[in-house]
Amino acid sequence: MKCIKHIIGLIYDKGLYSIFIYFEVGLWTSACPAVQRGDTTTGGVCRWSHTDITVCSGGKEDAFKGKVDREIYLNLFFYIANVPFSLVYFCLFQTVEHGFPHQPSALAFDPKLQLMAIGTKSGAIKIYGAPGVEFTGLHKDTTAVTQMHFLPGQGRLLSLLDDNTIHLWELVAGPPREVGGVKREGMVCLQEVCSYSLPGRPGIESCSATRVTVLLLLRSCELLCVGTEGGGVYFLDLPRLSLKDGQTLLQDQVTQSLPEDYRCGKSLGPVESLQEHPQQPGKILIGYSRGLVVLWDLSTRHANHLFLGKQQLESLVWERSGNSFVSSHSDGGYSVWAVASGNPYTHQPVSSSIPYGPFPCKAINKILWRTAQSGSPVLLYSGGMPRASYGDRHCLTIQQDKEHVTLDFTSRVIDFFTTSVLSLLLVEFDDPSALVVLLEEELVVIDLQTPGWPSLPTPYLAPLHSSAITCSCHVSNVPPKLWERLVNAGKAQQGHWPICGGKNMAPLPKQQELLLTGHEDGTVRFWDASGVALTPIYKLSTASVFHTDCDPSDDPQDPSNDPDAQQEEEWPPFRKVGCFDPYSDDPRLGIQKISLCKYSNKLVVAGTAGQVIVLGLSDERSDHLVDVSVVDLLQDREGFTWKGHDRLEPRLKPAPFPPGFQPLVLVQCLPPASVTAVTLHAEWNLIAFGTSHGFGLFDYHRRNAVLARCTLHPNDSLAMEGPLSRVKSLKKSLRQSFRRIRKSRVSGKKRAISTPTSKEANAALAEQEEVAPVQRRIEPRSADDSLSGVVRCLCFADTFLRDGTHHGPTLWAGTNSGSVYAYALEVPGVGLGRVCERSGAGEGSACAEAVLGKEIQLMHRAPVVSICVLDGRGKPLPDPYEASRDLATAPDMTNAHSVLIASEEQLKVFSLPKVSAKTKFKLTAHEGCRVRKVAMVVFSSTAQEDYSEHTLVCLTNLGDMHLFSIPGLRPQVRYDCIRKEDISGIASCVFTKNGQGFYLISPSEYERFSLSAKVLTEPLCSIHLDRPDGPAAQPQANGTHKNQTSQAEGGSGYTHAHTHTHTHTHAHVCFVIFLIFFLPPRLSFLSSPLLFFSSCYFS
Amino acid sequence: EQEYHRDTLLLIFEAEYRRFALKRNGPGGFQEFYHLLQTIHRIPGVDVLLGYADIHGDLLPINNDDNFHKAVSSANPLLRIIITKREDEPVVFATNSLQRRKKGLGLTGLRTTGSSSTHQKNRPGLLIGSPQDFRQISSIIDVDILPETHRRVRLHKHGTHKPLGFYIRDGVSVRVTPQGVEKVPGVFISRLVRGGLAESTGLLGVNDEILEVNGIDVAGKSLDQVTDMMVANSHNLIVTVKPANQRNNVMHRGSKMSAGNTSMRSAGSTGSAPSHDSPSPASQSNPITASNSVAEGDSEDEDEDGDLIIENDSLPPYVSHHVTNGNNSNHNKDSPSRRPDSSTMVRPLPQSVSMPNSVGASLSNSPLAMSNHNGSPTHTASSSQESMREDGNIITL
Repeated sequence: MKCIKHIIGLIYDKGLYSIFIYFEVGLWTSACPAVQRGDTTTGGVCRWSHTDITVCSGGKEDAFKGKVDREIYLNLFFYIANVPFSLVYFCLFQTVEHGFPHQPSALAFDPKLQLMAIGTKSGAIKIYGAPGVEFTGLHKDTTAVTQMHFLPGQGRLLSLLDDNTIHLWELVAGPPREVGGVKREGMVCLQEVCSYSLPGRPGIESCSATRVTVLLLLRSCELLCVGTEGGGVYFLDLPRLSLKDGQTLLQDQVTQSLPEDYRCGKSLGPVESLQEHPQQPGKILIGYSRGLVVLWDLSTRHANHLFLGKQQLESLVWERSGNSFVSSHSDGGYSVWAVASGNPYTHQPVSSSIPYGPFPCKAINKILWRTAQSGSPVLLYSGGMPRASYGDRHCLTIQQDKEHVTLDFTSRVIDFFTTSVLSLLLVEFDDPSALVVLLEEELVVIDLQTPGWPSLPTPYLAPLHSSAITCSCHVSNVPPKLWERLVNAGKAQQGHWPICGGKNMAPLPKQQELLLTGHEDGTVRFWDASGVALTPIYKLSTASVFHTDCDPSDDPQDPSNDPDAQQEEEWPPFRKVGCFDPYSDDPRLGIQKISLCKYSNKLVVAGTAGQVIVLGLSDERSDHLVDVSVVDLLQDREGFTWKGHDRLEPRLKPAPFPPGFQPLVLVQCLPPASVTAVTLHAEWNLIAFGTSHGFGLFDYHRRNAVLARCTLHPNDSLAMEGPLSRVKSLKKSLRQSFRRIRKSRVSGKKRAISTPTSKEANAALAEQEEVAPVQRRIEPRSADDSLSGVVRCLCFADTFLRDGTHHGPTLWAGTNSGSVYAYALEVPGVGLGRVCERSGAGEGSACAEAVLGKEIQLMHRAPVVSICVLDGRGKPLPDPYEASRDLATAPDMTNAHSVLIASEEQLKVFSLPKVSAKTKFKLTAHEGCRVRKVAMVVFSSTAQEDYSEHTLVCLTNLGDMHLFSIPGLRPQVRYDCIRKEDISGIASCVFTKNGQGFYLISPSEYERFSLSAKVLTEPLCSIHLDRPDGPAAQPQANGTHKNQTSQAEGGSGYTHAHTHTHTHTHAHVCFVIFLIFFLPPRLSFLSSPLLFFSSCYFS
Repeated sequence: EQEYHRDTLLLIFEAEYRRFALKRNGPGGFQEFYHLLQTIHRIPGVDVLLGYADIHGDLLPINNDDNFHKAVSSANPLLRIIITKREDEPVVFATNSLQRRKKGLGLTGLRTTGSSSTHQKNRPGLLIGSPQDFRQISSIIDVDILPETHRRVRLHKHGTHKPLGFYIRDGVSVRVTPQGVEKVPGVFISRLVRGGLAESTGLLGVNDEILEVNGIDVAGKSLDQVTDMMVANSHNLIVTVKPANQRNNVMHRGSKMSAGNTSMRSAGSTGSAPSHDSPSPASQSNPITASNSVAEGDSEDEDEDGDLIIENDSLPPYVSHHVTNGNNSNHNKDSPSRRPDSSTMVRPLPQSVSMPNSVGASLSNSPLAMSNHNGSPTHTASSSQESMREDGNIITL
């Protein structure tokens, strides 16, 4: 067993595990005869899929075949526990999605469990409760979810898809499994239990007659009423989803009981609404499109009452007492109908009004009528706007007495509901506490109990894309002091969040993590990324530094300011709500790069028009003028004229800056091209920034430019055309997009080919042959390729550039054409090899200086993606202040340093100060992929608490992650992570220092993943369910979709053998899904959060 | 010791003819011979170009030890040497050029053809550039380990400004498997740019299927991946192709050059080839050494030559180190600030002539000379590298 060096990785993908083991010689095979050895005679990496692993655990040999999951991991732990030097580092889990679901299409709320569900157009279902409580399910087909209904309290959910199928979902614990003699409960996940689709009526070709329009779930949760396009109402048994034969209510039955004059030979139209009587179970209100509303008794199968409405119906809602109901109509009006006994026909409503009349109005799509203890009922409805003047607005109206607010959203209203504080058992009043509105692009929650109905900030589901995300930056291990000040600056109101179902069982994060996103409108948003819920903390706007046409000073995050602004004499009384605002006032404000020093609280933000802003944190409001400095990066180069946008006009008058990060200095690059790289060294008071023309170095303490260097190649013409121009680039981008389309078409077919059945493949190929072939030119990169001067990365380092005995501050810059410039810096106060205190007043007058030390031209000329200086032990240098404040181990300055230069094609380590190549890895030459992102990540061992290793993580253009050891550049593991077609996902990927990462899966959602076996952020939560009889049906082998499983396991983690032996014979069983962090004595050396165990108690 | 008599046909300026004898084993090196000629013709210090007529009547250059030895060995016993003043329009060496010269010297075909070195038998009009332009641009390697239907071509982009000049595309490849004929996606050469390196080698053709790039199988890789791999290897590109036209395939050593034979072979091999097609993986780790053909050094080494590092002397040295650094800065004064690739700098130019087919065959008759030739430049390169490292001013890696 000594042969095993260590297990270096684990892949979990679609229910299968692959394990990477690094070993010296092939002795391992004696223990695992099934393992393919490959060419590992001299050591190397071996990948096994789970099927051919045989693992010894506790002296007993278990062969794992077929479906294997985490147990295998466990057993490997057992196994490796016997192996010295065994370290587990890597794995890949897609842990959680942050942000707002892309293209939501349905909303549901469970008032008992306080859970909210959102369905999307791609067939995903997400359930949210209290912050941190999340479940995800994915339908087999990517069909839009059109409706969802909770079975209250049961942890079950019904979904109706666009393809007319009804699905029942359950929060279930997986089947218990026997592992190593210990019985464990399975994981909890959202699982599809069964599905049903109404058959088309025989003889009628189109099944549109049985197309489901509405669903009604009776309160008893035993019957589902299904309204259809053809006007029929079908009844399904729950939870089995079986049609009750002979119960179906067809339109003819209703028409018979209609008076002659109303019937007039026309159809009643589709069923538009079904509502159960609030007091008398078994009575439902059926509303037909033509306007007829029927109160139907299910037990007697007889119409109790007919309301002969004439206006086309949109929706119905009961008044709580059941004495009246409200109908909304397509003409923008609503009517109140009284349910009086006696006369079975009602011809006229009690009252009727068109709130935004008298001119033609749009339909009121949905109306809610909520009674309140405090006074008159609250009426909420969406739509109904005057067609001509405000027909294009997305509005929702709240009315109570004289109070009338028209919420004006920036995106379409999907659905809305109200929540109540009181338990539903107190039946006298609805007493809505909050209104939750799902819009196409965000979720807005209005506090209905506070006068003025302010909106509540959301602790999750925040629209990340309220303005398009242009860049992101992650800061791990934020010092608590900075954290506190940021939270104060953001003054995030901790209003009680109305959706509070479930219990977040995740341990408090060990460290606070910040995610900073830069946006197109010039704002930087700070998010709490420590846990499952991505919570907004603070928003910084850089627009106030500049003089812009429209003053963007209003802060939509602060709802308390809103009521003052909305008092207009306008009708309807609009109020802007929500923060989704995709229209940027000035694209030049867009943020391109962010760098934050968490120790000195200095922030550098760089944008599209060459602006670089240095900000400092302040708790006080301040009015001051920002120093402006212009740096010419062209350096008197002849023959260039900038054809792009102008630079932003700095504000000439002092501007008020709210508490938080306040600008100190503004540096503007000339030409004002977009900033492509920025770095900050707060200890030296220096910032470096680069554009497509060159790079500059600026001392923000003394407010003087230290260096400006032009990197343009004489033949580079494209660099001068700004991003906003122009014909050439338009043509280019068009060409590229066409190419991309063609490419995807081709690659799609290739995938089809990979299946060995050759007939189809051949057909596909023959077809492919007809497509005009795409050509690629094979030429080495030349120096005059366009945009060769773009500065791709910048880095400060205290290292040996001049000679091997004296180290000092250096600046490194890498360009698009494979050039690296290294400058030796003379920083006042920073002595040769040691950092002096900056207190000396005499030194304050001295200026920083930069002298070019070395220039490296990589022969392959590929863009330099990243530069990192490694210390004598081969570890990356610590961040500024970390060493001087003893926050990190001091770098090794006694042995020779080296520099790692990562280009798009190769990784190379050079020795310092004599730059000679030590090791390299030619990624492109071997794999045909190009490096897109590079990060230095610390992977901690799961086995040994204090052991960690630095690893280089590369994300390539194919969306896979390559992990390399440092400084040996030995490939460790490769994971497929992002789809290669997902270009924006790859471009947006950001790594944390401890092996996690984020990438955008839609404009509004970050996927969080973890490469580290030790650091995982995933939902761990418990929910109390009250579910009649056990699982409805045997879970079918369905939808083991990647997302589904990964999320589901997030929902539970490990089940532990705390089993109470139990039997349940009662009809109602309290089904508790409970999680404990359990470590059996044998595994106590493992502190990985992977190894949580959960158990089910049955009482 | 036998003595052979040779004529020297002198064409200096207005033609001067000398005839003299030399010992076959005693001519020494090219430089010696060059000086000998200068003395004989009493033109010391005049830069001249040497050429000779080989057995086929082709006018070939003499400008290094190797082709000098070759020239000597081809003398039977007379060796005609043509000496031209270098300032003249460059002499164009070409097939049958001697005959042409006899007919109307200097009247035709004396224009420079750039660095083109294409040599095709059936087009006698094609010209070859002057000897200083000669440089190896391609080679066929690993002939002995590859299936006959495949060809592994090495393109030497080094030191030329010529574009590689080819395009690739997606396509369908037909494989013969035990199950029958199967179509699989493949990558093919779609276009050759006129005058480009790829075209000028004559070893690559449109519709040739690309099987490997620098030893890595391209099966299952997308067009973009293959493109990236080729670009990444572009300065030393080794592609293994399955030529669309199998008739021009290189024969194994010893096999006779006969057109009829060749076509027979290719017809037979296309059917059976694919199942045992895949080239041996051994080539990945060491694609060059196994070859019996011309190659210059390991690809890895050559790659290391790439990055250019310029160190700045204006870096203010520390006081304590001033003395030692002073030396360095002196050294650096006479070295240009930006040097071209070390290989072009160090390697004596011109190097050698690579001729396909007929001439190539005759060249390989003298493997000693070739290996000798191969050895020397790399040696000098590495030794000069060593010395430069010690200098510390300009380092080439």
